[in-house]
Amino acid sequence: MFDFSAHLKQRFAALRSGAQFFSLRYVKQTSQHLSVRKNIAEPPHLSTDEGAMLTVRINGVEAYAATNDLSQRGLQAALERAENQARMLASHALLDLSDQPVATSCADYLSPNLNSAFPSLSDCYALLGSESANVPHDERLVNWQVSLGLENVEQIYLNSAGAQIRQAHRFVFPGLSVTAYDGQDSQSRSLGRENFGQQGGAEVIDACGIIGAARQVADQALQLIMAPNTPTGPRDLLLLPDQMILQIHESIGHPLELDRILGDERNYAGTSFVNVSDFGSLQYGSSLLNVTFDPNIPEQLASYGYDDDGTPASKQFLIRDGILERPLGGALSQYRSGMEGVANSRACSWNRAPIDRMANLNIEPGGQSMEQLVSGIEHGILMSTNRSWSIDDARNKFQFGCEWGQLIENGEIKGVVKNPNYRAISAQFWRSLSAVGDASTSKVLGTPNCGKGEPNQVVRVGHASPACVFANVDVFGGDA
Amino acid sequence: MSHQDQFHALADGLSAAITSEERFTLSYNAEASDFIRFNQGKVRQAGHVQQASVYFKLIADGRHANLDLTLSGESDVDQQRLKQALEQLRETLTLLPQDPYLSLNDEPWHSSNVQDTPLPDSAQVVDRIAQLGEGLDLVGIYAAGPIYRGFASSSGALGWHQANSFNFDWSLFHENGQAVKANYAGHQWDDEAFTRRFALAREQLEFLGRPAHKLAPGQYRAYLAPAALEEVIGMLCWGGFSAQSLANKTSPLQRLYDAHAALSPLVSLDEQVTGSLSPAFSGEGYRRSDLSLVADGIARDRLIDSRSAAEYGLVANGAGWGESPSALSMNGGALALDDVLKALGTGLYISNLWYLNFSDRNAGRMTGMTRFATFWVEDGKIKAPVSTMRFDDSIFSLLGDSLEQLTAQRELILSTSTYSQRQTASNLLPGALISKLTLTL
Repeated sequence: MFDFSAHLKQRFAALRSGAQFFSLRYVKQTSQHLSVRKNIAEPPHLSTDEGAMLTVRINGVEAYAATNDLSQRGLQAALERAENQARMLASHALLDLSDQPVATSCADYLSPNLNSAFPSLSDCYALLGSESANVPHDERLVNWQVSLGLENVEQIYLNSAGAQIRQAHRFVFPGLSVTAYDGQDSQSRSLGRENFGQQGGAEVIDACGIIGAARQVADQALQLIMAPNTPTGPRDLLLLPDQMILQIHESIGHPLELDRILGDERNYAGTSFVNVSDFGSLQYGSSLLNVTFDPNIPEQLASYGYDDDGTPASKQFLIRDGILERPLGGALSQYRSGMEGVANSRACSWNRAPIDRMANLNIEPGGQSMEQLVSGIEHGILMSTNRSWSIDDARNKFQFGCEWGQLIENGEIKGVVKNPNYRAISAQFWRSLSAVGDASTSKVLGTPNCGKGEPNQVVRVGHASPACVFANVDVFGGDA
Repeated sequence: MSHQDQFHALADGLSAAITSEERFTLSYNAEASDFIRFNQGKVRQAGHVQQASVYFKLIADGRHANLDLTLSGESDVDQQRLKQALEQLRETLTLLPQDPYLSLNDEPWHSSNVQDTPLPDSAQVVDRIAQLGEGLDLVGIYAAGPIYRGFASSSGALGWHQANSFNFDWSLFHENGQAVKANYAGHQWDDEAFTRRFALAREQLEFLGRPAHKLAPGQYRAYLAPAALEEVIGMLCWGGFSAQSLANKTSPLQRLYDAHAALSPLVSLDEQVTGSLSPAFSGEGYRRSDLSLVADGIARDRLIDSRSAAEYGLVANGAGWGESPSALSMNGGALALDDVLKALGTGLYISNLWYLNFSDRNAGRMTGMTRFATFWVEDGKIKAPVSTMRFDDSIFSLLGDSLEQLTAQRELILSTSTYSQRQTASNLLPGALISKLTLTL
């Protein structure tokens, strides 16, 4: 671990620069993605990626140069390129960062169980193959896949103010999906995949629950192709955690990103229906809504000690008792806006610059068991596992779809329905939050695929949530 | 040493290092890019990225494994990295079963395309943008620099693609929050053309100052400009033409390819590799063919990679990752651009759509948002901008019964995507006049 650390520090110390401040962020990622589809092992995809980004500040203007050449000469060349760019563009710079404080911490952060042994590649294939073989023989089951991703990331941050931060993470992404087809309609049911990932070791595979689940997942896919469409009309909506994470992500996380509110993302990812003046007063949701930025849940995907600008990370309430308190803004956005934020300045790798991102964004558990949540619904629907997401560029009008739906009548779960979709407006939707599940309904989940930024970046984000009920939401099905 | 020479040296080194039982494919991806972000007409963030990697597949005894490896650009270091990668893949192969769907192209094809027109200095471009955008709330990104793609195999195939390009993708915001989107991209900077494009965006911005027209959910006549149509067509690229998705019954065009439904006879879609900006070879080493995907509303070819070819008994046709088109060309129609508003009459002029996804994938039903300049038109005249609205409709309506006309003029839209690396995909699309677009929220 951190094999390159000593060399890197030496090379960083030897860099020559006239900048008032400069930093180096090194990232090395090795990964392995395995899959067994319809009982056939697909070829493994391995990767090894490493490089560094040099950032300089000259007369308050910052610029960066990222390089795959980690030699002394390569790093020096990147530094000089960044310096030239900062000087060339100085007259057009939006920001004067002369007085922005810089990171000074020295620390290490490691994922949980980072050094525990992970199953060998052949053992992983055996595990996936065994689960794939558990999918029952039924000609209506036309496709299934069991997969496992493993990613190891080492980051080293050094700067001219003396900061030295080393962080090592191991991420595990299990997944299982089955597709059923009846000659007219196809329906898929899944576990894990884009809706799950955690830091840690082999225990994450158990936590996801894919082992031993193939029969049930296949059975649910078959139930779906035989199920009626979701009926149209207003219903109370019970969202399970594997849909809640998408709901949080799209209609709380993105609109609270401070760089969006400051306008940086208006050409691509979009803006926000939230204004700077809303913090401290806006009734974002009902009084049951408590949302936190929490980097301290060890297994969650975006738990870390420091963000990619070297800011120490700590748990903060963003929404408390329904009132909006704090944005998702890192040190730079805080400096620009004069607002307090969180340590969420993050980059997807060495070749992209840090920007405001979600990290771990969670809903705090409430007080009701799953039985109590269901029994409190007279005319409703349960939805689980996101499969479709669409929301406007201000993160307000949304339409989301799930794999699995079950009607709820008079406090009891009834039949399965397919193509469950719902649509609403963020600014109103969270105020209709009528019940929040307790810790027994909560799950630590996340996704590896959050896209944002120009140039584009994909990062891992974590979401933990209990099951939640929303009153009187427009739901509808598909065409089939 | 040039990128091409570096790549050839790596391929030669690998050829010499493998045994007679082993085979390999090696694809190369590199770029040197300036990325300059704008906000409020100023430079918000500026940087440069230099990156290079190879995607290395080793094959032996019916087994294969892949390794994506970042290069340093230093010959000795990279030869050493590739040697270590070879050892890693050799060890990996001993742990794998034979793959029944392994299929390799043994054809020793050669292909080369080098376009090295000099690009303007990025600082000068920024000066020009600042000059034209003075007083405007401009947001966007300028991305520019060379892109390199290569392919080599132990069978003697050798491909090289190199192109200098720039892509300025920007929006102009009115103080009321409405915005117009614009793009200027290509290989050769033409300041007059850029100035014209900028002026057009500025002109559209003035319309956005009018009080917004509020629309209720319902069905409306609509014109989808090429950039809006691209979003709709983009959804079809999510497995729509993929041989594997079609076999797995998850294609949004399943009903089209199963001949249970048809698009309008006005619709023809081709994967037009010839003359496009993307490489003439796929990452797995097949020469890419021009394909007719949809002809006169009827499904024709599908995109087939080597794995699908082996699994389903088909012939590989150079499909890339995900069997998704990357040089899609839609035929034009008879509607002159100058006649669009008149033909629309009363309805919506939609410049862009945003964040589409499926409401019912199997049925080809999709949803998404209007974004950027969307106007309410009455009697062929633009009346007012329209606030953001959601649509939810079927592709078999939008490009089926409800498709009235396509514009004669088509627009070449170069990908602005920079996930992992700058993309080379493009779409050549007309605008579409639709008799019925369903708005839901």
